[in-house]
Amino acid sequence: MLEYEPVIGMECHAELLTESKMFCGCQNAFGGEPNTRCCPVCLGLPGALPVANRKAVEHVIRTALALNCTINRYARFDRKNYYYPDLPKGYQISEYDTPIGVRGWIDIEVNGEVRRVHIRRVHLEEDTGKLFHGMGNESYVDYNRAGVPLMEIVTDFPPDLHSAEEARTYLVKLRAILTYLDVCDGRMEQGSLRCEPNVSVRPKGSSTFGVKTEIKNLNSFRSVYRGIEYETQRQIEILRRGEQVVQETRGWNEERQQTFSQRSKEFEQEYRYFPDPDLLPLDIDEEWIAQIRATMPELPDERRNRFLRDYGLPPYDASFLTETRPLADYYEQVVRACGDAKQASNWVMGDLSRLLNADGKEIAECPVPPEHLAVMIQRIAEGTISGKIAKALLEEMYATGQPPDVLIEARGWTTIKDTATLSAMIDRVFAENADVVSAIREKGQLQKRGFLVGQVMKASQGKADPKEVNRLIDEKLNA
Amino acid sequence: MGALHELTAVEAWRLLERREISARELAGACLQRIEAVEPSVRALLTVDAEGALRQADTVDARRARGEALPPVAGIPVVLKDNLCTEGMRTTAGSRILERFVPPYDATVVARLRAAGAVFPGKANLDEFAMGSSTENSAFQITRNPWDLERVPGGSSGGSAAAVAAQECPLAVGSDTGGSIRQPAALCGVVGLKPTYGLVSRYGLIAYASSLDQIGPMGWTVQDVALLLDAIAGHDPLDTTSLAGSARGEDVTGYLEACREGVQGLRIGVPREYFGAGVTPAVAASVRAAADLLANLGAIVEECSLPTTDYALAAYYIIAPAECSSNLARYDGVKYGLRTRELAGHVGLMEKTRDEGFGAEVKQRIMVGTYALSHGYYDAYYRRAQQVRTLIRRDFETAFKRFDVLLTPTSPDVAFRIGERADPLAMKLADICTIPVNMAGLPAISVPCGFVDHLPVGLQVIGGALQERMLLRVAYTYEQATGWHRRRPVLPGT
Repeated sequence: MLEYEPVIGMECHAELLTESKMFCGCQNAFGGEPNTRCCPVCLGLPGALPVANRKAVEHVIRTALALNCTINRYARFDRKNYYYPDLPKGYQISEYDTPIGVRGWIDIEVNGEVRRVHIRRVHLEEDTGKLFHGMGNESYVDYNRAGVPLMEIVTDFPPDLHSAEEARTYLVKLRAILTYLDVCDGRMEQGSLRCEPNVSVRPKGSSTFGVKTEIKNLNSFRSVYRGIEYETQRQIEILRRGEQVVQETRGWNEERQQTFSQRSKEFEQEYRYFPDPDLLPLDIDEEWIAQIRATMPELPDERRNRFLRDYGLPPYDASFLTETRPLADYYEQVVRACGDAKQASNWVMGDLSRLLNADGKEIAECPVPPEHLAVMIQRIAEGTISGKIAKALLEEMYATGQPPDVLIEARGWTTIKDTATLSAMIDRVFAENADVVSAIREKGQLQKRGFLVGQVMKASQGKADPKEVNRLIDEKLNA
Repeated sequence: MGALHELTAVEAWRLLERREISARELAGACLQRIEAVEPSVRALLTVDAEGALRQADTVDARRARGEALPPVAGIPVVLKDNLCTEGMRTTAGSRILERFVPPYDATVVARLRAAGAVFPGKANLDEFAMGSSTENSAFQITRNPWDLERVPGGSSGGSAAAVAAQECPLAVGSDTGGSIRQPAALCGVVGLKPTYGLVSRYGLIAYASSLDQIGPMGWTVQDVALLLDAIAGHDPLDTTSLAGSARGEDVTGYLEACREGVQGLRIGVPREYFGAGVTPAVAASVRAAADLLANLGAIVEECSLPTTDYALAAYYIIAPAECSSNLARYDGVKYGLRTRELAGHVGLMEKTRDEGFGAEVKQRIMVGTYALSHGYYDAYYRRAQQVRTLIRRDFETAFKRFDVLLTPTSPDVAFRIGERADPLAMKLADICTIPVNMAGLPAISVPCGFVDHLPVGLQVIGGALQERMLLRVAYTYEQATGWHRRRPVLPGT
């Protein structure tokens, strides 16, 4: 049977972290009482005029530089004309043929192989409002989001991405760069980072391109992955049936894990782009670019390499921990306070991430401060608590936000090392399991010794020092 | 001293300064005049007597406290109804904004308000400033005070007629292709279109953003200069407004610039502005004005601006293109008219716009939409922008030789209401004014005689930011002729 491969292009929108909106002084923040963060400019009132937000332009230049783009010195704003109730002016201010950044690239690693993904353009535009439909026939519009600065990043054609995993990895890398630059908070579930992949399939090895579809409303890395996978399979099945893929926009249904047809793209939309006469062209001179370059933070690749070098972490750990800037910052604070890079990595990547995931929280909202986690790791190293107790302790720390020492004290979780106490426990276990004891002593069934250790640990509610327990059991068995 | 409403702004300012009259008396006189002549002239869409008197009282109180006030303080200024006024209905002459009350002031309005100007009302205009006769207003036909059967010109016809009918000494207009100068000419008053960017457009309901410019209108050159002083200057809310101080350009002191003397000034008279369409009588008036200035010591020479003939065609691509986008916001969703028919959001938009816009506006939106469409952009919009560059260069070349250029403002005197049903004939009314907008230059229209008892306008065009030069030439001419002292007589007054 003919084998197919997907060809994937990625169009991503990132809401920029600025104090104010793109063309007015209104606050740029998520949510809020509907239509409270609006003014004549972002509501498109008659006579109101836009003034470009310099900080937003700077964020886009910074991103374009991090993505190895060429900067268009005279980038200019254009009007993209279309009608929709959430678009206050009847046009969106965007950049058409002179985007701020062009022709860039980033490297991603998939299955241990480095691949270069080319970027076509990075441009600046304004976000739209949000439309809500009521129970009856009525609709409502909230313009709080209208005019929020939005950066669009588009991969180049022909596309470099050929699997859902590559696309996901690209997105993870892009989000890492954006969060490191502090230009976007990268929250896909809140829509501050949105991704619309376009997918087509072709016979493997072919150099032509199939009909593509665009997928919308993907609001997690997982749904991006699943959406592309689903769309790839759907298109392959269509072609195998000898039918044609329809060029269209498809929505992602998270519940059913399926894409569904939204609107046909058979006729190209007529946007009537033209230069916005209300805004002068930008003048991005070398001096400005140099200033931005001089204040570039450490980027994910650099930080990952540093983690490999300085902390001796395995490549997987280093990649995971540097995926977002807050996570890497958190990890480094734990390491600095506890001094054990590998243990810090194990706890952050393991139990702590599991707790955050279950809670749907980002590391920035983590109720356990890095200093608390560091103290907990130190208590394990000192033998004050066991690793097993530590798991329960971390859950308590997460739930209460209390420092570990307070909880260890309150719960009586300190490891029992006292020989007399342990000896008494062991004697009780021996008495209750006389048959096991005699089987070991008389029949030499040494494999049953572990059972006895387990019973003692259980009796101590996990607080007994395992080393001491082992030593004492051996002593008593041989006595 | 005659009746208070007959005072020029400069005369009124001096009397107010000396406290010989109060702002309340002046405002009262203008409001009385408005009441008397509005039924026949119909220049205003909104009259706010209460607000005007309150503003006047505030100014009187400020003056009584000994505050130093700018010349415009206490002077009634009528605003064209495409300038947003906080809390006061602003219609742009359109049904679609019939009940629209802006929550904010245009920068020009805010500046005038802070300076203590008094706003008796809002002036009629062609819908969204699209037209040359004010007949395109959705609400009423404004009449020319010199002959009530004739149009006042447009689109600032209400502003020009209000001044000519002596309802107020000053008015603010806007000029995209001649909308201040042509009605000023047809109503026998002075109108100045400043350099693009000299006056902030923030709060001016946009027609064609790259051409729109706000400017002053009044009976005399000095009055217009006084008003320009109050409204010119950089505005951080309009990025296309010129950063005066940064460029080393002084944007005040226009009133002081009104001094007599044209000795040695080089004045060009471009022959293309006297071609077909310009009536012999108008041409003769303008040539006579040129001769007079020559007699006063100016060096007057004929010259040529070869791209003039292309200006009208290019304008009618660029202006509709920008308007098609600027007017997209009137969709019935956020403010203004909303159709009563419910038909989904696309239907809501379509029905609202169908009910809310007049024929001329619809036509320009359609032309502009077409010109910007994929596949036509290069042939129309881009080409028109190239023509625009050529027009600008033409002027630049001319201003290497000349200090100012003299032309007619309008090819003819005021025409009869309903006479120009042919849209092309109507558009030809702007052939002398449109090139100036295309080049972003300043120009002033000043009365230069009468033909059949109807006023004729002389246009003086200057290089960028040469407003002072224009005011000097216009003032010298005005003082030498005295056309500005003639006033129309209205029935019942």
